[in-house]
Amino acid sequence: MTVTQQRLAPSAPRAARKHNPITWVQRGGLTTLLFLLPLLIVFGVFSWSPIVQSVIMSFQKTNLVTAPVFVGWDNFVAVFNDPLFYTAIRNTGYFAVLALLFGYPIPLVAAVIMSEVKRMKGLYSVLAYLPVVIPPVVSVLLWKIFYDAGPDGVFNTILGAIGIPPQPWIQDAATAMPSLVLQATWAGAGSTIIIYLAALTGVAPELYDAAEVDGAGIGKKIWHVTLPQLRGILFITLILQIIATAQVFLQPFLFTSGGPVNSTTTILLLIYQYAFQNSLGGAYGEATALSLMLAVFLAILSIVYFRLTARWSDQ
Amino acid sequence: MKSSKKALAIAVAMAAGTAMLSGCSSSGASDDGGKVNIVVAPVLPGATADALKALSKRVKEFEKKNPDISVKAIEYQWTGTTFAAELAGGTLPDVFNVPFTDSKTLADNGQLADITSDFKKTATANKWNKTVLDVATGKDGKIYGVPWGPYAMALSYNRDIFTQAGLDPNKPPTTLDEIEQDAKVIAQKVPGVAGYMQMTSGNNGGWELSANTFALGGRMEKVGSDGTVTVTTDNQQTKQALAWLHKLRWDDNAMGKNFLWDWSGINQGFASGKIAMYMSGSDVIGSLMQANGFDQAKYGVTTFPVDASNSDAGILSGGNVDVVNVKDTAAQKAAAVKWIDFYRTQPSVDKTAAINNAKTLKAGDQAVNAPTLPVFDKATWEQNQQWIKPYANIPAANIKPFTDGIWDQKIVPEAPSHTQDLYAALDPVVQAVLTKRTVDVDAMLKAVDAKIQALIDADAK
Repeated sequence: MTVTQQRLAPSAPRAARKHNPITWVQRGGLTTLLFLLPLLIVFGVFSWSPIVQSVIMSFQKTNLVTAPVFVGWDNFVAVFNDPLFYTAIRNTGYFAVLALLFGYPIPLVAAVIMSEVKRMKGLYSVLAYLPVVIPPVVSVLLWKIFYDAGPDGVFNTILGAIGIPPQPWIQDAATAMPSLVLQATWAGAGSTIIIYLAALTGVAPELYDAAEVDGAGIGKKIWHVTLPQLRGILFITLILQIIATAQVFLQPFLFTSGGPVNSTTTILLLIYQYAFQNSLGGAYGEATALSLMLAVFLAILSIVYFRLTARWSDQ
Repeated sequence: MKSSKKALAIAVAMAAGTAMLSGCSSSGASDDGGKVNIVVAPVLPGATADALKALSKRVKEFEKKNPDISVKAIEYQWTGTTFAAELAGGTLPDVFNVPFTDSKTLADNGQLADITSDFKKTATANKWNKTVLDVATGKDGKIYGVPWGPYAMALSYNRDIFTQAGLDPNKPPTTLDEIEQDAKVIAQKVPGVAGYMQMTSGNNGGWELSANTFALGGRMEKVGSDGTVTVTTDNQQTKQALAWLHKLRWDDNAMGKNFLWDWSGINQGFASGKIAMYMSGSDVIGSLMQANGFDQAKYGVTTFPVDASNSDAGILSGGNVDVVNVKDTAAQKAAAVKWIDFYRTQPSVDKTAAINNAKTLKAGDQAVNAPTLPVFDKATWEQNQQWIKPYANIPAANIKPFTDGIWDQKIVPEAPSHTQDLYAALDPVVQAVLTKRTVDVDAMLKAVDAKIQALIDADAK
């Protein structure tokens, strides 16, 4: 105890000097602050202030023109009383499940195969990444044409060539959501493939060599070497994908406007509809209330997820 | 020395950043050097080169007449959903248009500029029919806009497809049964073409279902003598209209395979020859030529059939109101009203303006004689038609079925309360009928009634 005190004693005046404003300025504190300031202003104005404002707005009734009125929890109650809220949760959940089933394993498999390819590796990477480069709105509008439900639609013509009858794609409540997931997977896989490819280069080749010496085939190498080595990245991409799918907006907005019969109305689309469906100014309070609920849900989900996976991610 | 240079560099960088940020928020219109700048929005996004040329000529004419005003014309299309975002974001131009259903509420909410004094200076100020001008008059009796282009819902059809199907394009259908029969024939004889279609999304499904209902004598909302509004979508006529659509879709297979159509989408579908007949405003040929480059020789329009046996049956009508941004300066407001008067009103009432406008439109291959309803009175409208007749570029025979028939139809304005919410809630009902063979229409309509009634009742509290 005494030893510790003796050890601390000489450093105490130094600590006091550290917090002295004059010394702080002399040591270039102002320059640091100046460098930080633009970032603080940009974040403050464009990120934090809207977040704070929307939290306040979720307890208000406002048309953004006349003075807002505080209404307590009314907006939240209105959201819970809206049958479309539950439809939107179901639809978003369905989208997330489908996107995980198809969108999660496909990039991983593609990356593993591509990393095994010896020739023209670059070309495959470019091809895989190409959909990401196309502006999302353009690609959705293109796919909307491909999804024409007539027998002369692009996809239906291709299916017709192999003897499959024309599909309704986005024109039927049963097939609309899978069609949206198909496009989203196509559009998003490239980015994830690149992440996996980068991570795969970090796997020590000696591990594969050792596995080979032990008589492991390609399947066993992937199962016992590749996947365990990638688990940190896999956990991160999984939570990122869950968050992204919970916030899906572009596809339902541009493909179907939530139809047919609300079968593709997702939570974000519902938030948009609350705010903007009525041209006279919508239920901004309900829109922000639902946004807040989604944000809190995703934050809790992320914390729980990281707690659960922390043990497994430790290398 | 070194640190002061560094501080200077930071200061410059910050100043540049601040300048950039303030640049983002600056308004596109301001008074400068004695010249008033206004941004107007008279042309649809994706307008053809010809349309833009015609507009540019009109802008030059206006600027020549008003050398102290500088006009910038931008592309703009009113849609229920984007308008609210633009309104909230404060990104609307100085002059823009809103539908009849919205202008009064926006005015009462303080979201439109009061243009009473400037409006009274226009030559036509006293000519306006009070009922028409009422859509642009606030509760306070002040004027907040200038109505233009009133339309009635009509049946547009592609004359070429009629001919291909062996139908006579000069004898379009006059009853719902005839629409059904013709649609069936077209679907059978011209593969890949929907015989008949109407809008289903972006709040337009409800708009058109309202037109179907009105034409059969029903109403979506009823206003009591004390002003209380009751939502009545669960009525016999709406069900009859939905049953008619169901038959066309499922029994006749005459509506094609695509069922999600908003306003601009269905215009594209029609212009590209995928749809033979569809319901739209009677003036839609103007947009079809402006944004889709549609050949007016192929275009035909007739009245949408109204049930002659029901005295309540009528045709849904609406129109546009040109309004001025509430944030404008007095000089900008004055300039804006002058522009609206020049661009929208004068061509209806003044011979020289009418002829000049018609000449410019014709030169730019834009619709000169798109069928609309009278904005003042029938006599002024007929006079105007005579002035522009030599320049008319839509063959008279193509629009005759409409222009002959419309005067016999009773005009019914749109539902008055929470109109866009009502339309949005009805979209899924129309979509359900077209995408599901079995639908509990009663339950869906009852749910719409409950939902919209709750909104109306909440307003009354």
